[in-house]
Amino acid sequence: MLTRREALLGTVLAAAAVATVGAMPAVASAKEVVGLPREKVTLVAPPFVHAHDQVAKGGPKVVEFTMTVEEKPVVIDADGTQLNAMTYNGSIPGPLMVVHEGDYLELTLINPDTNTLAHNIDFHAATGALGGGGLTLINPGEQVTLRFKATRTGTFVYHCAPGGPMIPWHVVSGMSGAVMVLPRDGLGDDKGKSIRYDRIYYIGENDFYIPRDEQGKFKKYETAGDNYDETVKVMRGLIPTHVVFNGKAGSLTGENAMKAKVGETVLIVHSQANRDTRPHLIGGHGDYVWEQGKFANPPAKDLETWFIRGGSAGSALYTFLQPGIYAYVNHNLIEAVELGATAHFAVDGTWDDDLMKQVEAPRAITS
Amino acid sequence: MSFNPIVALGSIATAALIVMGATSALDRLAGSLVASPELVTLTAGSFDHPRPGEFLGEGHPVAAPRILATVGAPLKIMKYQVTASEYGRCVTAGSCKASDTPGSGNFPVTGVSHIDAEAYTAWLSAQTGATWRLPTDTEWAYAASERFRGDIEGGAGDPNNPALRWLAQYRTEASLGRKSDPEPRVQGAFGTNSKGVADIAGNVWEWTSTCYVHAAVARNGISIVSSIDNCGVHVVEGFHRTYMSNFIRDGKSGGCAVGTPPDNLGFRLVRERLNIVRATLRRLGFS
Repeated sequence: MLTRREALLGTVLAAAAVATVGAMPAVASAKEVVGLPREKVTLVAPPFVHAHDQVAKGGPKVVEFTMTVEEKPVVIDADGTQLNAMTYNGSIPGPLMVVHEGDYLELTLINPDTNTLAHNIDFHAATGALGGGGLTLINPGEQVTLRFKATRTGTFVYHCAPGGPMIPWHVVSGMSGAVMVLPRDGLGDDKGKSIRYDRIYYIGENDFYIPRDEQGKFKKYETAGDNYDETVKVMRGLIPTHVVFNGKAGSLTGENAMKAKVGETVLIVHSQANRDTRPHLIGGHGDYVWEQGKFANPPAKDLETWFIRGGSAGSALYTFLQPGIYAYVNHNLIEAVELGATAHFAVDGTWDDDLMKQVEAPRAITS
Repeated sequence: MSFNPIVALGSIATAALIVMGATSALDRLAGSLVASPELVTLTAGSFDHPRPGEFLGEGHPVAAPRILATVGAPLKIMKYQVTASEYGRCVTAGSCKASDTPGSGNFPVTGVSHIDAEAYTAWLSAQTGATWRLPTDTEWAYAASERFRGDIEGGAGDPNNPALRWLAQYRTEASLGRKSDPEPRVQGAFGTNSKGVADIAGNVWEWTSTCYVHAAVARNGISIVSSIDNCGVHVVEGFHRTYMSNFIRDGKSGGCAVGTPPDNLGFRLVRERLNIVRATLRRLGFS
């Protein structure tokens, strides 16, 4: 079993390995990128997504993002259970970054000296260097800038991957998010016909593994490093103590329920960096679903539940047809209700009796 | 939804409450067996009260009918919720199942189901020779007085758009902004209400003896035309009124998809007129 000292040493070794990778020659095409227009985007916390064009205007550009890694305790359920979280930009999940195919995504990642651990970022949308992980490992007090070309369309996970046993621990401590690479002409249906969304929500699902004390109560730790040994023991059981959307059980309910109107088309991007999940919209459907998240493949139609593989992001497009409260759940209902993976949509609009009607209200059975 | 102030009728208002100490002979008798819980005595009275349950008017959901509810005789109700140590004695005696939440001392017992509350009630009655029972929904509301809220309601349903009621209810509940508060506090921490009853509508919801009901309401909006009881589910009272299956011990897992679940489930009891014959027999060693 790893001790904390060894775990931290693991980070140092990973850093050494990366230093070697970083010494490789620069990419030859860099010069061509210099002349491209640049756009600076300010990220917003999920479930919201920064403003973006669905159909690209003009040619490829360099889209600049900045994220700061924040290590901080966060509360992950209504009982006040604390996770020593590691976050991209302060949120779990990290923000969704949207670019178009052929654009260059340029991220400046900052690891302030108030943090205690080394971090990096592995973009599943990127090609080479462990998804960029090999070029972005930074210690507290450092920052790094990585650029990659968005060559494949779809929704893709990004996550921290600082080497060895640090990888799963950082991921289940909150360090994941997603990138959406849109086709330059926007989304298309199964026949290639253009489709648009009126709203977009990004839902990151996380599995957490919080150790318990002798009484069965969740333990609190001063720092992330203090929880490492015991957290890994829980992780190795593969049964999460929490499965949540947006970093906390109930974070997308009540006042924070997602909003839509009847007739509006909503794109729901759903990522899970570590573990399989099966989103389901109770009372609705997936009109067009990219289960694997990749827009070069035709979307599946009329799904009831869709499968998001651990380590991927998928997306589902749905036009709301009835008003009401919809629960959006991981349809392992134990995970939805007992472990936290439930979100709500509050949808305003006119009821359609043709689609559904209570023909007769509950009454005593007549014999 | 605003508080539903109880309209107290008659002369019940201020002089009504008598806190019972261990001064009466009957209480001393009971106390010789098990320490008698502190009681508050409320004089009889009537008050405006929304019925518990789900109501249909002409086949559509309507707000709970408000009736003039009556507590016909003086009501002796525990000032505090049953504590962990009180409940623990029943567990030690082998008559109650240990609660889900290990508590101690003067903290309210939590993690108990309706079944557990009934078991405690039977045990306490046997120990004291008095008849203890869970309060009815009406009795609880009467004792709760200005702290009674009732269901978080969506109001009358719109036959053309059932979703309006669901959305209204959801938004009302969300706007209350009540944060989960799961850690039980020591007895008395939530203060007493105008009737001297402590810890009403704190973070422990309380079981009542009233069954969940589906009822059809007459056109006058008040009379019940027909109803179907489901006594596998009981009314639970606290910050809001809700309904729980009898075997639920943790309100958190009993809540529906869009409801606010109780932080904790506990209970307090009312005491019927002391049964002197039975108490005496018990004291003499006959059970």
